[in-house]
Amino acid sequence: MGHYEAPIREAIITGDKSYHDITVDVAGPIERKANKQWWIAFIISLAAFLWGFGAIAYTIGTGIGVWGLNNRINWAWDITNFVWWVGIGHAGTLISAVLLLFRQKWRMGINRSAEAMTIFAVVQAGLFPLIHMGRIWDGFYVLPIPNALGSLWVNFNSPLLWDVFAISTYLTVSLVFWWTGLLPDFAMIRDRATKPFQKKIYSLLSFGWSGRAKDWQRFEEVSLVLAGLATPLVLSVHTIVSFDFATSVIPGWHSTVYPPYFVAGAVFSGFAMVQTLLLIMRKVCNLEYYITRVHIENMNKVILVTGGIVTVAYLSEFFVGWYTGSSYEDFVYLSVGAATGPYWWAFWSLIICNSVIPQLFWIKKIRTNYVWTFIISIFINIGMWFERFDIIVINLSRGHLPSSWTQFSPTFVDIGIFIGTLGFFFVLFLLYARTFPVIAQAEVKSILKSTGDNYKRARETNQPVQFAMAGAGVSQPINVVAEEQPAIETPVIETPEVTVDDKDAQTDSLLASLGTFDPATDTADDLKKIKGVGPKMEATLNQIGIYTFDQVSKMTKKEYDLLDSITGSFPGRAERDDWAGQAKNLKS
Amino acid sequence: MSSKVIHAIYDDDDVLMNAVKEVRAAHHHIEEVYTPFPVHGLDKAMGLEPTRMGITAFMFGLTGLGFAVWFLNYIMIDNWPQNIGGKPSFTFYHNMPAFVPILFEMTVFFAAHLMVITFYLRSKIWPFRKAENPDPRTTDDKFLMEVAVDGNEDEVASLLKRTGAIEINVKETH
Repeated sequence: MGHYEAPIREAIITGDKSYHDITVDVAGPIERKANKQWWIAFIISLAAFLWGFGAIAYTIGTGIGVWGLNNRINWAWDITNFVWWVGIGHAGTLISAVLLLFRQKWRMGINRSAEAMTIFAVVQAGLFPLIHMGRIWDGFYVLPIPNALGSLWVNFNSPLLWDVFAISTYLTVSLVFWWTGLLPDFAMIRDRATKPFQKKIYSLLSFGWSGRAKDWQRFEEVSLVLAGLATPLVLSVHTIVSFDFATSVIPGWHSTVYPPYFVAGAVFSGFAMVQTLLLIMRKVCNLEYYITRVHIENMNKVILVTGGIVTVAYLSEFFVGWYTGSSYEDFVYLSVGAATGPYWWAFWSLIICNSVIPQLFWIKKIRTNYVWTFIISIFINIGMWFERFDIIVINLSRGHLPSSWTQFSPTFVDIGIFIGTLGFFFVLFLLYARTFPVIAQAEVKSILKSTGDNYKRARETNQPVQFAMAGAGVSQPINVVAEEQPAIETPVIETPEVTVDDKDAQTDSLLASLGTFDPATDTADDLKKIKGVGPKMEATLNQIGIYTFDQVSKMTKKEYDLLDSITGSFPGRAERDDWAGQAKNLKS
Repeated sequence: MSSKVIHAIYDDDDVLMNAVKEVRAAHHHIEEVYTPFPVHGLDKAMGLEPTRMGITAFMFGLTGLGFAVWFLNYIMIDNWPQNIGGKPSFTFYHNMPAFVPILFEMTVFFAAHLMVITFYLRSKIWPFRKAENPDPRTTDDKFLMEVAVDGNEDEVASLLKRTGAIEINVKETH
């Protein structure tokens, strides 16, 4: 069947899982009681959230004069936090949409939590534009609705309004994408629930999902189309956020490199936050078998690439600022003036956290290490906050009128709101981790046979599949229930087991499909020319009766497996090196 | 009409796929198959028509684009044209480049949401709807095939058993 995956690819579901094991593992955190650490984390987050809530209430009640803004620096922590949160909200859709289009199976272990993180982060982001309006009760002015103020319409030429549309589309589309994927998993929890209240809640959440073949067919198409829609959407969101700056005439903001640079930065910071959250989560929720080194390493590679793009953007900004020779470009956030001026600490925090430290991921030992990854991800989170702080505050701190040059100092309200959004974010995420299936278990089940470590091992060794939990197996021998052995393919073991006795029969059947060698009419080829065939393997092949490239070129998966079982050496080698393809070239 | 169905339960997706092919080859009518996860190729094996969700999404996207063109034109050109930073506001065509982000967002908004709503309505999934999978194990690790019978119960049951079903139940339908 179509479950084959190259043995060279590492298994991404480990721990000898069966379908039922996945169900149990995913339902586990929901069905268990919360432990002490969860309560401690929850109470701390809730306290932070309440403090932030108070700070927001104070801002709305008194006005944004309670922030540290001044005449020059008229945007500061508010928009810094907004862009930081929106950026974090990019990894989820990237993982679920872009990686789906690229058919990356490793996304399935992490997409659910990454999407949850996206939605919760965008909720935090959305708070800032709302409260920075000052008069939040007039917030409906950003909507193009007929109103009682004459024909006062919104301005569709403004990137700030594009932002309203982009962020709301992104939030709602991400939400339905996430929820649609959740339906089968909620249904799984529903069908396992024993307490009536739980059953009621999960019945409601699962929308009565039944898992009919037609539903699944539509589900898969809808997921694919949503991924296709969400991919340009996710790119558009941060592009438009960057327009907020790039279309202005402020030195340091007015830069054409902003859209791609912002998108790369968003993915960079989003993946860092995914790492931060999932490294904790895999421990707390016992998901070590589903979020493995492969996942961590792949994400670190994405971080390395996007961090590289961001660094190149920094260099180009720095170069352009210097090359203009304009004194007004010598104080922008990437310039000698910034590096040595009053904001040197913000400048160097950015460079060290975003461009220097992530380079450690070039070392394989570090990018596959959980602790190192966690530490570096924290640095990136901090660095990306400083990137937005630098763009906004450093660029605004100086201008054409030296007498107005100033610095920004946040008030307790600025700090309170920021801490509050962190608290709100973690409150939502902790509640999610207790009540939602945190792994897309239906999708993970669909790839178990191709990438489960037990199935991969079974294919390579021609042994029956093993399961960690006894009695939970999916492949009980079929002839126990069937009256006569049906002529069906056994799901996993693709070639019959070969014993020494029937080796001759195997050799015959192998030669029957490859053609025999007749010394009278054919000449033997030098099989050593095939990469992967040495003198010893050539001798073995000759012993079987294979002498020519023509014979080798006819080999398919079936013959490879037969060959492996006859020779017993280097299983899978012939297929990995594609002997048939090589022989075809050598033949001609 | 048949008043009875057989529920055959399988515990492996590959065995199920093969069983579906055999049952169809023997000209029995498969009413429904319930699976815990998407089994690739099952829809084709059952002979289901391809889904038209992608086509609906495309049409909804066009609707969204059309709506955005109409309302941008109404607001920015017709109803109250304004001089904003010298951007040309006399015709839609001249002002259009500034509208591209909104045109795009509206297209995606309509396509995504209306497609998902269509999916929910067509598959009959919405809040407070009761689940209809006959066995709760079909969201865990079991696969259930529902076959209509019309007096030929034993024949179908033995066929299903031969295809590797681990459990066979005969159910009355209403």
